Amino acid sequence: MSAVPLYRLAHGRSGDKGNRSNISVIAWKPEFWPLLVEQLTPQAVARQFAHRRPTQVERHLLPQLQAMNFVLDGVLDGGVNGALNLDAHGKSLSFWLLDMAIEVPPALQALLLPEPG
Amino acid sequence: MTTHSPAPLRVGAAAGFSGDRTDAAAPLVRELIRLGGPAALIFETLAERTLALAQLARRADPAAGYEPLLDELLRPVLADCLAHGIPIVSNFGAANPTGAARRIAALAAELGLAAPRIAVVGGDDLMAPAYRAALREALGAGADADADNNEPAWVSANAYQGAEPIAQALRAGAQIVVCGRVADPALVLGPALAHFGWAPDDWDRLAGATMAGHLLECGAQVSGGYYADPGFKEVPGLASLGYPIAEIAADGSCVVTKPAGSGGRIDRHTVIEQLLYELHDPAAYLTPDVVADVSQARVDELGPDRVRLSGVRGHPRPERLKVNICHASGWLAEGEISYAGPRAEARARLAAQVLRERLAPQPLRVDLIGVASVLADDGGALLRQLPEPVLGGARDVRLRVALQHADKAVAERLTREVNALYTCGPAGGGGVRTALRQRLAMRDCLLPRAAAPTRFDFLQEPAP
Repeated sequence: MSAVPLYRLAHGRSGDKGNRSNISVIAWKPEFWPLLVEQLTPQAVARQFAHRRPTQVERHLLPQLQAMNFVLDGVLDGGVNGALNLDAHGKSLSFWLLDMAIEVPPALQALLLPEPG
Repeated sequence: MTTHSPAPLRVGAAAGFSGDRTDAAAPLVRELIRLGGPAALIFETLAERTLALAQLARRADPAAGYEPLLDELLRPVLADCLAHGIPIVSNFGAANPTGAARRIAALAAELGLAAPRIAVVGGDDLMAPAYRAALREALGAGADADADNNEPAWVSANAYQGAEPIAQALRAGAQIVVCGRVADPALVLGPALAHFGWAPDDWDRLAGATMAGHLLECGAQVSGGYYADPGFKEVPGLASLGYPIAEIAADGSCVVTKPAGSGGRIDRHTVIEQLLYELHDPAAYLTPDVVADVSQARVDELGPDRVRLSGVRGHPRPERLKVNICHASGWLAEGEISYAGPRAEARARLAAQVLRERLAPQPLRVDLIGVASVLADDGGALLRQLPEPVLGGARDVRLRVALQHADKAVAERLTREVNALYTCGPAGGGGVRTALRQRLAMRDCLLPRAAAPTRFDFLQEPAP
């Protein structure tokens, strides 16, 4: 096993409604799906966003699309209405999630997207 | 448009927000004409806060309050759409749909066109005193009782209306349908209802076309916009993105594509990213028209830049309408200053400490742009977790501070203190920018449908 950033296995996009952020995670390859289901738990995602103090993290699985949707409550400092963040929508948060470390077994490492350059 | 037609309906989306590119519509309309067949064009230009700003504009000028770029959006395509029977459906009416309709009629006259049949959809604007009692009841004993009671601070109150009045207007022969607040996907579902003649409780088909609308409502976000990540997610022609077209089939499924030869990309991955954008429970996407369920949906690549969305299920629509209420909410002050070269981060951190002392006891948001900013939190937890900078840290840092306060004078002090860093702060600070603006806060509630009936009217009776 070795740890690689999530962006080598998946991509995603964040959106906002009020003080709630949703972040999709979409596997680049079907082979990665079980790994993502196992490691990208709501608890693991809540840890990644600990500094944003989520009150709840929900995960919705869409296996036929090899995609999952995280709903993070209370992470936007009040959202567009109240946050002092330059990015009050939390548009950039998907890339904080995509930087999470995922343990990848040797058999799957050849499938990882290469780091550019 | 005829009802019960088996031909697919093509809907092009030429804008995804107020401020989107205004040169998107012409290539879309050219493609819709080239392809032939039934088609419609939509512009989605009304984010939550756009409407509140539009209300403020209308207060200042009763003729204003609709999409400020209306002329720029419509002028390049109005003649072609009218000539080729492509109806235009949009929420660019914002806080003044009738004003927008009048302006479109005038624009058509300026262009030498026959007077178009323009429908105005109403019933979303709930600012009139008659609605106050119902809204107060719907808000309940909210957490923000002060704001509820301080009604002069209310800026806007709008119900999210559905697709039915849009469909009725199109069936009655409207060539342009001007809406205020309607659910974004209703801009696509409305033309689909008019075209296919679906029953209002044909939930699966309604849900399919609603999700087609969801894919289109952010414009190019489904066709390669907001997607590129060099080395991982390549998008050709990002500077000349093709805006999306949904080909909606009689069963409610759709194929998303874009004009031939345009920039951007449409594949499984761009479509799934947009499908889940601002969704919470994928099995219950709430709209005024239907509760859409994509938990069993399929996304299939049919060919280059052609992706089908199918298998969307629908459940009966919610009993109540969502209402957004916007009210004035104090002042936001921001200031920025840059430090570069040796020990830049150390100097920026010192400047932040100076501002904290000068502005105490007001809590201050601090960003070190180039070190930690948008990913950090208002409380500063992430910044505190970072290791102390070694040898002065980052060498090109922009300090940004922000605070909000009910009192304008308190907020304004921040802008003065940031400016004063020029002579009183750490060495080498430059490029100060400050901003002070009024904030708007938004809350929502659910209102029984009967309390906010919707309707459409023609701007003027069509010629016999």
